[in-house]
Amino acid sequence: MSTHDHTEEHHTGLRAYAAVCLALFVLTAVTVYVAKFDFGDFNIVVAMLIASIKAAIVALYFMHLKFEDKLTWIYALYPLFLLFLLIGFTIMETFTRVPVIK
Amino acid sequence: MSSTAEHAESHAHGHGLGDAVTHNAAKFGMWLFLGTEILLFGGLFAAYALFRAKYPDLFYESHKKLDVTLGAINTIVLIFSSFTMALAVSASQKRNRNWLMILLSVTFICGAAFGVNKYFEYSAKFHHHIFPDTNIFFALYFMMTGLHMLHVFVGMGIIFALIIMAKQGRFKEGNRYTPVEVGGLYWHLVDLIWIYLFPLLYLIG
Repeated sequence: MSTHDHTEEHHTGLRAYAAVCLALFVLTAVTVYVAKFDFGDFNIVVAMLIASIKAAIVALYFMHLKFEDKLTWIYALYPLFLLFLLIGFTIMETFTRVPVIK
Repeated sequence: MSSTAEHAESHAHGHGLGDAVTHNAAKFGMWLFLGTEILLFGGLFAAYALFRAKYPDLFYESHKKLDVTLGAINTIVLIFSSFTMALAVSASQKRNRNWLMILLSVTFICGAAFGVNKYFEYSAKFHHHIFPDTNIFFALYFMMTGLHMLHVFVGMGIIFALIIMAKQGRFKEGNRYTPVEVGGLYWHLVDLIWIYLFPLLYLIG
């Protein structure tokens, strides 16, 4: 499955795409509904979890990542690792600063 | 499974190795570019994370001024446009020119609808004297949605070019449909970024 020539069709038909689209609509409704409740610090965790499920569905099915080779997967996931470093270390650095002048 | 070379050579339409390799290389190149796009927005996401952690109350109070209904409608519009774009790629693979043009047009119209919606949203904000310099939340709101809007416009330009190419018969039997698939990848990324912007800005602040 690692190599494709361009005439090989992705195994996703109208029905499957419609189901994917419907799932994304439902998840959008869920995230709007869930936002009405206050989970404190977990608000952002819940919202990002639902958004990431939606993003994964878009990437896997609409963008055909499911049918892509390993190299494409690596290059699709690598930026997410860099993003993790960027956001993670920015936050860590900011909140562990020792005030010099106070 | 045979290698790409054997596969392409034995292929019924008689395409050379070049076509299959070009197709895969173009797709891979787009994935690489999308990686840089994620990091472009990543800088703004990092800024958002930082300032939200520093000023949670300001973010909470400010986000309530955004219209969740308009944001949700735009989310649905963009997801639907991704759906029609995915179908357009299918239609191009099946060499169905009429459906390809219809589906690309629907995708284009969805992009335009998103833009119109956003225009009303921005107007309402300006009307209430909310500007990018109002506070850090709105600075990020205008910057992130503005940069995203720019991507929607670029995507619409690509889709418009694809419609013209389809009209000229560029994706007929025997021709590559690579531009449709690669253009589709770009459009899906625009949807993907909005999937994160919507909850971050409209729902939780």
